Amino acid sequence: MVLVFAESPRGQFKKSAFEAVTYGRKVADAMGTSCAALVLGNAANAGQLGQYGAVKVFQVTDTAFDAFDSQTYASAIAEVAGKNGAKVLVLSHSSTGKSLAGRLAVRLNAGLVSGVNSLPSAQGNSLKVKKSVFSGKAIAEFEISSDVKVISLMGNAVKPESLGAAVSAETITVGAAKGRIRVKSVKTQEGTVPLPEAEIVVSAGRGMKGPENWGMVEELATSLGATTACSRPVADAHWRPHHEHVGQTGIAIRPNLYIAIGISGAIQHLAGVNNSKVIVVINKDPEAPFFKAADYGVVGDLFEVVPQLNAAIKKFKAG
Amino acid sequence: MKLLVCISQTPDTTSKVSFNADGSEFNAAGVQFIMNPYDEWYALVRACELRETLGGTVVALNVGPAANETTIRKALAIGADEAVRIDSDPKSAGFVAKQIAEYAKNEAFDIIFFGKETIDHNGSEVGAMVAEYLDLPYVSYASKLDLNGSVATLERDIEGGVETLEVDLPFVVSAAKGMAEQRIPNMRGIMTARTKPLKEVPAVAYEDQAKAVQFTLPPAKAGVKLVQPDQMDELVRLLHEEAKVI
Repeated sequence: MVLVFAESPRGQFKKSAFEAVTYGRKVADAMGTSCAALVLGNAANAGQLGQYGAVKVFQVTDTAFDAFDSQTYASAIAEVAGKNGAKVLVLSHSSTGKSLAGRLAVRLNAGLVSGVNSLPSAQGNSLKVKKSVFSGKAIAEFEISSDVKVISLMGNAVKPESLGAAVSAETITVGAAKGRIRVKSVKTQEGTVPLPEAEIVVSAGRGMKGPENWGMVEELATSLGATTACSRPVADAHWRPHHEHVGQTGIAIRPNLYIAIGISGAIQHLAGVNNSKVIVVINKDPEAPFFKAADYGVVGDLFEVVPQLNAAIKKFKAG
Repeated sequence: MKLLVCISQTPDTTSKVSFNADGSEFNAAGVQFIMNPYDEWYALVRACELRETLGGTVVALNVGPAANETTIRKALAIGADEAVRIDSDPKSAGFVAKQIAEYAKNEAFDIIFFGKETIDHNGSEVGAMVAEYLDLPYVSYASKLDLNGSVATLERDIEGGVETLEVDLPFVVSAAKGMAEQRIPNMRGIMTARTKPLKEVPAVAYEDQAKAVQFTLPPAKAGVKLVQPDQMDELVRLLHEEAKVI
């Protein structure tokens, strides 16, 4: 069996959970086995995971899982994996998944590859799977040779697909594990898609000249249904909040479309964005290094180009 | 206060990445190696700051060959009191985690620090593995860490936000931007680093269960397609019809 841990932070499934189930189902099909999903906590409608390919959905409806602690979560996941003889465990490569993957690998005596971006190929008892390494500058194929295998899936690497029908979740219980982390508060931006999950990102840098000019960036993002981001100097100067900073020290993202406005494209910035599928660069300097990494480029004054692009997008959306 | 900071050695961010002819190994020729930035800027510096206010010892630990000693001496120059090198040529995160856990299990560290990930394999795997081996709580991607007696308050980066939590010593943490500011070693630090203890420890046996077997370079970009600044309708058309992203 392939077991997928489907995250439901604060009772809500996110796109990454549907991606993980879709991926788990495809791995299961390739191995000639079945795919099940595990939900920890009280998310409503856990059975919807069936639509993405889980033939069985286990749910532990215990308030102990309302707050995240990698010890209690790993204990529960490992128990369910063990009881059901799971050979492959699939997680999301998220803040939660990164806290769990190593723990589960040790607990299950399993080989781990984290942040994979494509389906594995099976060779006898081993799986080969690829991931991006050296901050996007290379691709590595890993071989997992252990009996039980743990894989975490990079966000936006596969699209959620309809591979089945909703099922009714089976409520199960697991042994109590003592949590030692006391979560005091969780603050998230309401109403926007978090950067790691965003399909379109509009990002701007020092070329904007000051935080007072961000209105047009936000308008463009709104027209595209995109999430806004920024470069490091902009975050360091407090023009934009820290959580918007993409790049090596900030967040690494892989949207379908990354629009970079007034960002020169230092290698540390590229390290966080060069897994984007399509990159558009708008910069007045034709020598800006970012153009070398771009698919489409506009050499021009961003204060003229961005409003015109926004108008063109609006016209397109209006059909 | 007894603090362990696990440091990795990685190619410099600006290095050109290449592999040997059959793609089985990284080509180190002409590559500048550095301490993994997150280990250095955030984990090591925060550990040193805590030691400076609360007293105690900061131990820097590297799992690697003798050639890594330049990087280890830099950790001592920045402020670690002593260092340990577990002599080996690690091939997997699992191997590294096993070595660290074997060393740390009898040392009673209050906090074990990692950087949020290495900039070569980008795995973020070892910290959680060590926490599991030692049955300790683990806080990943922490951007703030304060101590009040034996209780730590941390903030950690989550998708689109921040989580604030408390945990009692001892625990394992991985450090992200915000936890500390990069420090440049001063001359005194560099001089004293030469005489600080650097202990070599033999590795324990471990069989790799997952390891990189083949490296390739991503397909080259076709080159940028330039659109005139007054042709934004054309850019939208290209994004819709050619790139199919809107």
